[in-house]
Amino acid sequence: MTNGARLTIRTKGADPRSRELLADAHALGLTEVSGIDVAEIVFFAHDLTPGERAAMEAVLVEPLLQQATWTVPETGVETELLPGVTDPVATAVALAAHTVGLPGMEVATGQHFDIHGELQPETVPALARRLLANQVIERWAAAPLDPSFIDSDANAEQTIEQVAIRTLDDEALQELNRERGLSLDIAELHAIVEHFRSVGREPTDVELETLAQTWSEHCSHKTFRARIVTLDGEMASTEITPLMKQLRHCTDTIDAPFVRSSFVGNAGILSYVPGTTVAVKAETHNHPSAIEPFGGSNTGVGGVIRDVMGAAHHPIAITDILCFGPTDFPAEQLPDGVLHPRLIESGVVAGIADYGNKIGLPTVAGAVLYDPGYLANPLVYAGCIGVAADAAPLPGPQPGDLVVVLGGRTGRDGLRGATFSSATMDASTGDVAGASVQIGNPITEKLLIDVMRECIGLYTAVTDCGAGGLSSAVGEMAEGVGADVDVALAPLKYPGLRPWEVWLSEAQERMVFAVPPARWTCLVAVCERHGVEATKLGTFTGDGVLRVRSGDLTVLELDTEFLHAGRPQRTMHAVLPTPSRTAAAAPPCSDAAAMLLQLLAHPNIASKEHIIRRYDHEIRGATVVRPLVGAAHDGHADGVVLAEPSDTHGLAIGIGVNPWYGITDPERMAHAVVDEAIRNVVAVGADPSSVALLDNFSWGDPRRPSTLGELVAAVRGCCAAASAYRAPFVSGKDSLNNEYLGSDGARHAVPPTLVITAIAHHPNADLAVTPDLKQAGDVLVVVGRTETEFGGSHFALITGAGDAGPVPAPDTNSPARYRALHTLLRTGRVRACHDLSEGGLAVAVAEMCIGGLLGANIDTLPHADITTALFSESTGRFVCEIAPQDVTWFFDGLGEPVTVLGTVTGEPLLRLAGFDIPLDELRSAFQGGPR
Amino acid sequence: MSRPRAVVLSAPGTNRDHDVAFALDLAGADPTVTLLAALLADPTQLQAAQMLVIAGGFSYADALGAGRMWSLALAHGVGDALQQFVAAGKPVIGICNGFQVLTRTGLLPGALGHNASGHFQCEWVRLAVPASRSVWTHGLSDGAVEPIECPIAHGEGRYVHPDVAALAANDQVALRYAISDNSRNPNGSVDDIAGVCDESGVVLGLMPHPENHVLARQHPRRTRGTQAGLGLALFEQGVRYAKGR
Repeated sequence: MTNGARLTIRTKGADPRSRELLADAHALGLTEVSGIDVAEIVFFAHDLTPGERAAMEAVLVEPLLQQATWTVPETGVETELLPGVTDPVATAVALAAHTVGLPGMEVATGQHFDIHGELQPETVPALARRLLANQVIERWAAAPLDPSFIDSDANAEQTIEQVAIRTLDDEALQELNRERGLSLDIAELHAIVEHFRSVGREPTDVELETLAQTWSEHCSHKTFRARIVTLDGEMASTEITPLMKQLRHCTDTIDAPFVRSSFVGNAGILSYVPGTTVAVKAETHNHPSAIEPFGGSNTGVGGVIRDVMGAAHHPIAITDILCFGPTDFPAEQLPDGVLHPRLIESGVVAGIADYGNKIGLPTVAGAVLYDPGYLANPLVYAGCIGVAADAAPLPGPQPGDLVVVLGGRTGRDGLRGATFSSATMDASTGDVAGASVQIGNPITEKLLIDVMRECIGLYTAVTDCGAGGLSSAVGEMAEGVGADVDVALAPLKYPGLRPWEVWLSEAQERMVFAVPPARWTCLVAVCERHGVEATKLGTFTGDGVLRVRSGDLTVLELDTEFLHAGRPQRTMHAVLPTPSRTAAAAPPCSDAAAMLLQLLAHPNIASKEHIIRRYDHEIRGATVVRPLVGAAHDGHADGVVLAEPSDTHGLAIGIGVNPWYGITDPERMAHAVVDEAIRNVVAVGADPSSVALLDNFSWGDPRRPSTLGELVAAVRGCCAAASAYRAPFVSGKDSLNNEYLGSDGARHAVPPTLVITAIAHHPNADLAVTPDLKQAGDVLVVVGRTETEFGGSHFALITGAGDAGPVPAPDTNSPARYRALHTLLRTGRVRACHDLSEGGLAVAVAEMCIGGLLGANIDTLPHADITTALFSESTGRFVCEIAPQDVTWFFDGLGEPVTVLGTVTGEPLLRLAGFDIPLDELRSAFQGGPR
Repeated sequence: MSRPRAVVLSAPGTNRDHDVAFALDLAGADPTVTLLAALLADPTQLQAAQMLVIAGGFSYADALGAGRMWSLALAHGVGDALQQFVAAGKPVIGICNGFQVLTRTGLLPGALGHNASGHFQCEWVRLAVPASRSVWTHGLSDGAVEPIECPIAHGEGRYVHPDVAALAANDQVALRYAISDNSRNPNGSVDDIAGVCDESGVVLGLMPHPENHVLARQHPRRTRGTQAGLGLALFEQGVRYAKGR
């Protein structure tokens, strides 16, 4: 660094970050490292006078906690964010300097690492590459690193490129498709060629990119809208209803009174009590999380919150479901270019915590799954729930309304995310897709929430800038009406962006509004009060044409009809799976006690407390049943319950997911996970007749007929279950192509992973029920039928039994059972209720003991075969704790046979089918999960 | 004076302002959430208030250390008005990020570092209330009432002070994390300190969130019939004091 200055700030005493880094280094096999010290660096572009140094040091250093030096270290490794990646800390330093009277400082930040141990020549570069710097967003160098500052005079040539496609043959079109990463198929390319032949000109690069993004799997759900032909047998083939249509038809048939809007706009809309509506949405952010776990999950949360804001609702809670490879996977066996699951997990969890905690929303419900199938393709689902005062739906953009963008500034972050997420990843993805990763700023989005709370009535339409950025947001809003926008007006994070970059950037925390000119000054006033930037980009025209300019230069002119309806419907082929469903004998189990402990310690069942406590689930004071419950707040809840402090009624949220069923029998899997999600909300006392569902599919490449067949089967299961429970789907999202093409040429697809979110009305949150045992002497009963069903069970996962028999079947009596159980639960007389899922009855009873710090004496089992009774995963079942005097009341109310298992005991011991396990053994197995 | 006027100060990134306003309303105050920018534009708003709350959250995303940017803005923007407010003996409370802000501005002693765990934690704690100068905890000290239980939700809550013995001897330790089988010091704070007050006793800073336990239903063991001390008591005492002045 020539004429600048740098302040290196170290923590006094032990720095917990060092401990974490060292553990990660060892997990990556770099055991020769014995210590890693971390320090923050603040770079100043120009040298500072002693006075300025003193002033900045006073601002940047807390003497009780930190010590700092202006001398330049000559050893160690240093990192900084790549140019173009936003650096909020640098912005803060400049602002702080301005506050103390030193305006106009050029600042950058970085980190310094001192690495100790018997280091090999390769150690430090390996450590920097694999742990200290994520090269998707950071660069590293041996100290001292020469920082790069934002080039405030950069300017890009405001040119556009005409791409000659009208004369290209198929081969050349495919080549163009590849080199521009359009992820389109040949029929779609033909449609584009035809269109531009008809308008008599070549497309611009911006038009091609916009079409590719609007027609991407991510944005247009080609597969769910596709014409699907099933190849059953030799010549025979039958066409089936497009999947999206099936789900919508199912919802329309159920015709639930509480559904306001489904499968349109950004989220599903419900109404349970007069005067209030509820918006629900769940999304995936899988590909970005695979290459940059923190940024990927961070912006996944930010994105789904904006979906709810885009439905003009006020966000109140977040959910997250995470699927990782085994965190103890041997580092040397990882496929090329794949991050270690341990780093993916810690990055993803930190990303969700950072966004949710800072924006001020409780992260309440979720699940964490581990399977080798997620090694190269981790899955990150994020959901959001919002509320609003009941009002007439927004009219949509009117001709003459202003196109207004609110919130964050536009940078190069997240270019081409939509097309990227629709493609298969390979070893080089991390390098080429760098620009596809967005960086989140939760505070900016928090301010947007505050602004929207005060902007009701000031706009005719709103949508968020998600995948595809302005292109997608403005493009969607302009459908039918048309718009004329000037991208040169968009406020930029830094100069030098080309028109197509501005138009397609996926910079976060931006919303697009359609604002009647008369309301503009009002809107601006609200925005200024909250320090939020509002910018006019143009107007909605009424001519149905989307026109994008950069100053006088027209960069895009597309008929919105063609943009949104011009994509040819795909025809795809499916081969339906034919799972064996013939009953099989129960697998042998020599030592039931050992099996129970193994199940409790299995990463999928064991305590997730180490993750859950990283999230604020208390903020807003509305979380009545938390994800962690019980005498020591360390047992898992089934569903969670939210109720505003001022209300008694509330909402319950439940999650269902089971890829292991999916591998064997996707149709039964779908039915089972819908059942599980509903069981979770019923167990806490929510009303089963008020359940709405979200479906989120993460699948492999649907162009493989067997993979599409699994999807078709799963959708069938979804519709059957939804109809059985009269629980409509109101919104959903599919993330396909979750595959990794290894440098060995082998394809690694994720197991069929359907996440079902159930939302239901809770009539009285003061009477919510939790699964932890409450009172010695109470009676334990199991509700529902128990059959020998081990297909995809965790018992089978542990024993490694290849063919474990059929996946648990639907129970036609379950809907009636849930309604009857609800009438009992809502009285508040049932002391505890726990649904049976992974691990079956034994795990459920053990979890109730773990949560209640009580024992149980189980002397009667619901099935003659002990293995079946203890570990089968038959659906539709609950264990309930009832006061002795309430047993007959419970039986009469349920109206179907119930097995009395035994009693709750004060002795810290689980007596089950002839074996005894001390409570502390159960607890340590449960808590010894992944770390 | 019926309901004392309370200014709930909210900076960009503050997110528990509405929670604490709800608590103050329950406690008998008349709270108004005031944006920092609005106060900077018109510092006289403070004079009209009888209570001041620096609410919790992630002001400025914790850039340069939790509370740093906010404390700079306050010190350079309304430093004098703030000093006068305290000098006038009007009660001030800083919760979580607010506590961090008050230590950075020097209104409260000590500092708050990263939790010993190295990351954000959300869990419930039980608070012991030693006898102290604090006007907020007066009459709430141990034994007098049910011990307050409420959640923490922070990553930088480890209290440090160069001379805690002197601090305690000077009756400025207002709250401690109670230590028992089911209650612990969650973040490694020296001397289990959860909250401290200034020498005058009118300024209180604490890391836990009493505003999130103002209804019995909000307690995690409510479904087990647990009735623990409400955080509301703290706000009621603050209101009582503001009224009595």
